[in-house]
Amino acid sequence: MLAFIIRRLLQSILVMLAVGFIAFSLFNFTGDPVALMLPPEATQLDREEVRKTLGLDQPFYVQFAVFVQNALQGNFGISLRLGRPVSQLLIERLPATLELATTAAVLGLLIGIPLGIYTALKRESWTSKLLLTGSLIGVSLPNFLIGIFLILIFAVWLGWLPSFGRGDVTQLGLWTTGFLTESGLKALVLPAITLGFYPVTLFMRLVRAQMLEVLRTDYIKFARARGLTNNAVYFGHALKNTLVPVITIAGLQLGGLIAFAIITETVFQWPGMGLLFIQAVQFADIPVMAAYLCLIGFIFVSINLMVDVLYYIVDPRLRTDRAGGH
Amino acid sequence: MMSFVFKFPARALVASLVACIFSATIPTTAPAKTLRYASQDDPQTLDPHAANLLPTTRVIAQVYESLVARDQQFKIVPGLALWWSNPDSKTWRFKLRPNVKFHDGSPFTADDVVFSVERALHPQSQLKASLVGVASAKKIDDFTVDLIMRDPNPILINNLFLFRVMSKTWATKNGALTPQNYKASEDTFASRNANGTGPFMVKLRQPDVKTVLVENPNWWNKASAEKGNITQVEMLPIKSNATRVAALLSGEVDFVLDPPQQDVARLKKEANIRVSEGSDARIQYFAFDQFRDELLYSNVKGKNPFKDLRVRQAVAYAIDASAIRQVVMRGMSIPTGSLVPEGTQGYTKDAEKRLPFDREKAKALLTEAGYPMGFSITLDCGINQPAADICQAAASMLSQVGIRTTPNIVPLANYFQKLQRFDTSFYLLSWGTSTFDALDTLQAVLEKNRGEQTTGGDSNYGRYANPKMDDIIAKIKVEMDMKKRDLLIHDALVLNQTDIATLPLHQPVIPWAMRKNVTAVFTPNNVPYFFRFKMN
Repeated sequence: MLAFIIRRLLQSILVMLAVGFIAFSLFNFTGDPVALMLPPEATQLDREEVRKTLGLDQPFYVQFAVFVQNALQGNFGISLRLGRPVSQLLIERLPATLELATTAAVLGLLIGIPLGIYTALKRESWTSKLLLTGSLIGVSLPNFLIGIFLILIFAVWLGWLPSFGRGDVTQLGLWTTGFLTESGLKALVLPAITLGFYPVTLFMRLVRAQMLEVLRTDYIKFARARGLTNNAVYFGHALKNTLVPVITIAGLQLGGLIAFAIITETVFQWPGMGLLFIQAVQFADIPVMAAYLCLIGFIFVSINLMVDVLYYIVDPRLRTDRAGGH
Repeated sequence: MMSFVFKFPARALVASLVACIFSATIPTTAPAKTLRYASQDDPQTLDPHAANLLPTTRVIAQVYESLVARDQQFKIVPGLALWWSNPDSKTWRFKLRPNVKFHDGSPFTADDVVFSVERALHPQSQLKASLVGVASAKKIDDFTVDLIMRDPNPILINNLFLFRVMSKTWATKNGALTPQNYKASEDTFASRNANGTGPFMVKLRQPDVKTVLVENPNWWNKASAEKGNITQVEMLPIKSNATRVAALLSGEVDFVLDPPQQDVARLKKEANIRVSEGSDARIQYFAFDQFRDELLYSNVKGKNPFKDLRVRQAVAYAIDASAIRQVVMRGMSIPTGSLVPEGTQGYTKDAEKRLPFDREKAKALLTEAGYPMGFSITLDCGINQPAADICQAAASMLSQVGIRTTPNIVPLANYFQKLQRFDTSFYLLSWGTSTFDALDTLQAVLEKNRGEQTTGGDSNYGRYANPKMDDIIAKIKVEMDMKKRDLLIHDALVLNQTDIATLPLHQPVIPWAMRKNVTAVFTPNNVPYFFRFKMN
């Protein structure tokens, strides 16, 4: 088990190096940050000088080598747009993104799983059909559109919820949280629903499909034959067995929610890493883009690792397979 | 056996969620006379000498002051200096305003000016343009400073409007002696804190979230007739256009600096919203590669059609500026033939007229120039609006006279890089002057590009070169008599018009959108001066 984890951790370093290398080879195409750092009145000489100080006159692999060398010492450089250390910026923005993504994931699980069970058990009911049709919309509507609709209804027409920002935040050491203030919680509602829309529909459809499959298996028939109550059969036996794939997808989804919160964060001016990244792209802010992409790579790899470990714990077959080796 | 509590989980959850949403209402009241201001960009830094970029200027202009100021009509008036004189071409003498205090309470003296000049002339400073020609500053007494000139600069006073004064003791104490260095991995104290003499003080700065300014109770110009009643400003960056407008409509912000163009008509119809418009001190213009013997992006081989004045005239006749105004700009532009906008030092009505829109004339000129079948060309432009839409419109207009134009729309960060490599045959660009003097524009856009040897023609990406133009510009640079100087500028602007060195299109009109209870004073540099704003 320990060897397995260590091996995966080593792999994750390779993944991050690969991500960084590919990212740096692409930065050539994002344009020249110097053009945006200096006013149009700046002279050619000024531009060359800044470019030289920043090392942008070097080929991309040299820039990459310098980046890795500095990153190993914990120095991710300084943001060209904000003029502040990148690591500090990411640490500041991480809580906003994590709170948003976790809330969206929790919404997804808390709403999606029960809805999935409901639509699986009451296949023929009107509510189920309505929910399933509705879920198609959830899967296919782009995030920003949902966000703008919600803003129009709840901020502009009804005036109940704020259309942008994170409200007042409380500082807890390095972490800032919006969970403890009224304005913070209110500000969270619309972005979390926007970001949570997709996981809700995804989990609903996933649980429904799994549940339907499990309900057809022999051990369910056998359980019924034993005269168990419906509740015991559905929740004690069927649901438990549908959860294995749900865990995998949930894990990957959390990574996805963190990485793809970019759109939601931009729509709601949510001060998280996604917003930082999108602004970095527009400014060609190379140090921020590089550090962000590596961090997202790291998050994905470590969530994958956790999912694998969870799998190991949840599914007894995996363990016997290893022990028995057949 | 397990039995779960949720019998109708879905319904219960939805119900509680709805209840949670319904119970929430936003208090729309804010402390008295707090202006909540939104724009898409956040200032990059608070350091007055680190970045000459508009988003930064918009906050710095509230906090720091210059030796000279500009009044509501944008005329130069005394600022931190009471008066100034130009005893000889090598010296400008400034008498400083006494009894001015920085926000931290320390007094403003000649030492601060000398220090700030040195800081703004530092190699890392991006505000060197505010001190063109200045070699150094010399303290005469506590309230008298001389600026010693390396080269004479007749419009130094205009330039000085951008040069802002910082406290020497404060900068020394906090280790902010030089402007931000991007190479060092530390940010300087002055990039996140500010200590000026201006009408507002920085109370809170959270990059990309908000910057809060509060009124400076000890401001020397408190009694000014122009003074409004804003006591606090929350500057909020909201990147997404739709969200920014939504926040204004819902009353979460009071003022939007940059409402998206397509929403302006709608905003004007809203009962609670006012849109005030003013012209931007910026001209959008087309320019041509007039250097190469064969264009990079054209089907004409062996010669460069843009070297022929008739072809450039044909382009001018083919572009319908008033159609672009109506369709692309939705009425928000002023078509012009002048490369500098009205209000700029040296502006002249004589250069104002555009060649009329006349397709037949354009075709005739093309035939005369030897292109009866026209030719094909690529028009480069930035992806920012309205530039991209203008390019599309101009391309179809040109194609109708036989200049088959393909618009090539490029992301901004790449666009300037492309132009700096002269990798273009035909492009659309805009030029605004921050000093409000025509020389800025002339020497950057029309002077011969000499590569890296001198600083002339830095934005002359078509490499237009006309000895006559260079001669006039050289004279403007050293002419100290303002009357003679204005005449020279007149000649240069008219020459640009007759020679079609560049083809100016229009001056954009900028809309500011605000709640009805806000009164804003428009400034042509597109910087809101909050101390002039009123709320009731």
